Amino acid sequence: MSYKLIGRNFTPPDVVAKVTGQAKYAEDFRADGMVFCRFFPSPFPHARVKKIDASEALKMEGVLGILTEEDVRNPPAPAATILTNEPRYIGEPVFALAAVDETTVQNAMEKVKIEWEPLPFTVDPLRSLRPKSPADARLDGNVGAAGVELQTLRWTQADFDQAGEGKLPMGTAAQEWSYGDVEAAFAKAKLVYDESFVTASNSHHSMEPRTCMAYWQNGKCFVHGSTQSQSFVVPPLAGMIGITPAELVYVAEFCGGGFGSKGGAYPTMAIPALLSKKINRPVMMRMSRFEEYAVGCARNGFQGRVKLGFAENGKLLAADLFVVQEGGAHTGFFDFRNAADAVSIMYQPEAMRWRGVPVYCNTPTRSAQRGPGYNQMAYVMEPLLDRAARELNVDRLQMRLLNGPDMNAPVGKDRNRVTSCYLQDALSKGAARFNWAERVARSGQRKGSKVTGIGVGQAYHPAGFQNFDGLCRITPDGILHIHTGVGNLGTFSHTGTSRIAAEVLKYDWEKCVVVRGDTRKHLPWNIGQFGSNTSYTMARTNYVAAMDALQKMKEIAAKDLGGKPDDYDIDGNRVFAKRAPGRGMTYAKVAQRAIELGGKYTGKELPADINPMTQASARALSGSGLIGVAKDNLPAGQPAAFAAAFVEIELDVETGQHRIIDALNIADCGTVIHPMGLETQMKGATVQGFGAAVLESMIYDPQNGLPGAVGFYQAKPPSYLDLPPQLQADWVDKPEPASPLGTKGIGEPPLGSAAAALLCAISDALGGHVFNRTPVRPDMIVNAVAGLPQSHKPLQIHTA
Amino acid sequence: MTEFRVAPPAVRNRAGDEEASRYSRREFIKRVIASGAVASAATYIYGGLQGCSSRGTVASGVGGSVERLIRINVNGQDRPVDVLPQETLAMTLRYRLGLTGTKLSCDRDECGACSVMIDDVLHNSCSVLTHSVRGRKVVTVEGLVGPNGELHPVQQAFVDELSPQCGFCTPGQVIAAVALLKQNPNPTRDEARHAMAGNLCRCGAYDNYLNGVMRAAATMRGTT
Repeated sequence: MSYKLIGRNFTPPDVVAKVTGQAKYAEDFRADGMVFCRFFPSPFPHARVKKIDASEALKMEGVLGILTEEDVRNPPAPAATILTNEPRYIGEPVFALAAVDETTVQNAMEKVKIEWEPLPFTVDPLRSLRPKSPADARLDGNVGAAGVELQTLRWTQADFDQAGEGKLPMGTAAQEWSYGDVEAAFAKAKLVYDESFVTASNSHHSMEPRTCMAYWQNGKCFVHGSTQSQSFVVPPLAGMIGITPAELVYVAEFCGGGFGSKGGAYPTMAIPALLSKKINRPVMMRMSRFEEYAVGCARNGFQGRVKLGFAENGKLLAADLFVVQEGGAHTGFFDFRNAADAVSIMYQPEAMRWRGVPVYCNTPTRSAQRGPGYNQMAYVMEPLLDRAARELNVDRLQMRLLNGPDMNAPVGKDRNRVTSCYLQDALSKGAARFNWAERVARSGQRKGSKVTGIGVGQAYHPAGFQNFDGLCRITPDGILHIHTGVGNLGTFSHTGTSRIAAEVLKYDWEKCVVVRGDTRKHLPWNIGQFGSNTSYTMARTNYVAAMDALQKMKEIAAKDLGGKPDDYDIDGNRVFAKRAPGRGMTYAKVAQRAIELGGKYTGKELPADINPMTQASARALSGSGLIGVAKDNLPAGQPAAFAAAFVEIELDVETGQHRIIDALNIADCGTVIHPMGLETQMKGATVQGFGAAVLESMIYDPQNGLPGAVGFYQAKPPSYLDLPPQLQADWVDKPEPASPLGTKGIGEPPLGSAAAALLCAISDALGGHVFNRTPVRPDMIVNAVAGLPQSHKPLQIHTA
Repeated sequence: MTEFRVAPPAVRNRAGDEEASRYSRREFIKRVIASGAVASAATYIYGGLQGCSSRGTVASGVGGSVERLIRINVNGQDRPVDVLPQETLAMTLRYRLGLTGTKLSCDRDECGACSVMIDDVLHNSCSVLTHSVRGRKVVTVEGLVGPNGELHPVQQAFVDELSPQCGFCTPGQVIAAVALLKQNPNPTRDEARHAMAGNLCRCGAYDNYLNGVMRAAATMRGTT
């Protein structure tokens, strides 16, 4: 289907500010009388603060105040705290100090006397699960996560003894599910693998540290934060500050990268607001890179074990997955559950069992990171699929087409079916564009010390939510204002999805304004910008708001010009009678009439089912034009995003270094809204995938719990030189039926597909050697080639 | 010495928000310069005399033997500025001169977010002492836009190629590209990526930045 705006490139309204330096991120704001605070990062991985004596510090010239745990309302344990007297990882904020400048803050911090009681700690989940655990990360339990109650779980010595050398012990799980007859399916299998694996935790490395600035004015708290999301941040942030959402002015027009770590409100955001209240000055809290690596969250690390049973033709018959999640010290994310969904949908085993244990460790809080859980399983499963293909003599691409999901594939425990899947098309399109057959014929070719490796990888993520609100407004100057409460994580989809409202109303884009980034602009209730959801969720909300506006325009035309609303249509920025197109009104005139008519037309009467935030925003805008406002009550779908990637490398088997020759990533993302925006997202995800596959990991010293990856050069996000000279991206562009214009999300899967393709290419160059570990580093490759043991134990984590 | 706070009253307006401010920052800075006032932003980062004297290690007001009041040339304007001996150029630009386009990301010379040109050579301003640029010419991202707001060819190319994603590293990428093209107006893509390699982008928009560099190079050579 051809659209006027959808599927066409545009210049996003925020891009010029980004290239000129005019874009204001949290640290770029100033307020009269602004002062600075810093938090005191715990030097212990786990300790109790018995006493804080700040009296000397507070006497210093320029010092304005201190904030401690007693001053804040921490969420109930085990959620991450704002400030704590029981820090549970190195760098966790203990107290915060404000002064006229940062030097004074730092000098004053040195005068604060703290009486510490060091507590036992662990950075190794398996250590915490031992029958007589010498240390847990928390005093109130060792196992838990979102959706798993905090508890103490110990495995028996037998569990550990039975595991076998280098294999993951599998004691009692905290959660599990299964479908089908797993044992019977394994019994039928021709080829069975039982593999233990490790996927490293890695940081989000957002370029903008999570700076926050806050002040109070006229009974309201103003916060300039760094979040991927806008409206979604407001209620929890207000809660942490101790005010109502209506008392919070939240500005997040730009965000310097989040990748899941700034999806919602996070605890440190409350610190400047609470200190500002206490000392009655605007407070800026900057964050150093070290601090960002501490409080900036990280992806969950896995120690896992997967048993796979394949039929002779390569079909996966049975899967049995066990995941131990290294989940940080506080309620983290549920990667370990998503891992199971990924395996179930991507390989469609006849029968499957999943068991999971999320274990707390004295490491930074875990949050979602681009494809949480789903992508880790792409790193693990795709090389194993290749190994099975090699052993069963099946083409690797064929192996994926044979096992992969079809149009309405079931997913997870409940076997709910996705509403669209074109992964097979993505694989076929990619194979053709990449010349798969021709390239794969070169695989393993050696020139000197360099061996060619070819890889294909694929990944999945759910692609949208439902039931949020849309809000748009046509003013008497004929302008369409599309109010969007979504955030700005850098995808330009705040505007891409707003163009759906313009498309529905057949508006000229020049007459449209996207209104966003500041609660004072009266924004609707929308979910955050995370989870590959925006292109679906916000398409639906903007669609229903525009449809509401359209209906109101037709009703106004019928009132003024006679007939019934259905007698009218729109085009050329006017509403007109279908049978007599000359009889009509401009949008500007309709907007004026809406104000005069009042009631629902101008937002004085509102739908009962919209969120209170949307109600308040619509009410604030009422009387200023024709208001289109509605909750997304469209029929529910189960949108799913997929990606398939192809990589060619040259691996130097003497040094273990590789060079990526070519990389192509293909999306199944429904109808394409913004081709250039999609392409750069695909390429960016490809880069991050390469980082996860071969570069990035959090590192902890098991003896002292000290973090070893606290700078870019240690934590290693990819640079220009880790990439081929040019990356390739493409897409299937087939509509998702549950989305009014066929759009669905895509942000996350192309990271997993790219990582998997690179890992598979490395394995391919090594004749099929599978490491069962990420990242795969040069020393591991050199050891594998030389037949030497690796420098890490099979299940060891946090390795450098 | 007149102390002048760089920020206008209340919160400074956001980019693109035309209604909110009574005067633009550019104009405000012009007025400051015209008035002969020295930008000191007394209450900001280790800026205040108060902060220094309380510390004791920095002699009150004058920083020991190092003169505090110096002149640097920023974006073509001579700027008298009151700086401490240990102050980095990034902090001076951001907190005394209000030039917040220069970003701080690592503050350790690793990532290039704070890239500026000093005498046409690329530097990470987080790791340059302001005192070392006395009398030298500093160019920040704000100094690239033409007198009537026209974008520099690199900025225009970055818009045309949709180079930024989140945009936080973008000012640094812009400066790095401008510095490259000053030295090598006709780089190969491979030369460009080596020249840009000091600028990290976590969004991974490297390909689009390189597309932008190549497009800008062509524009500046007049071949498009």
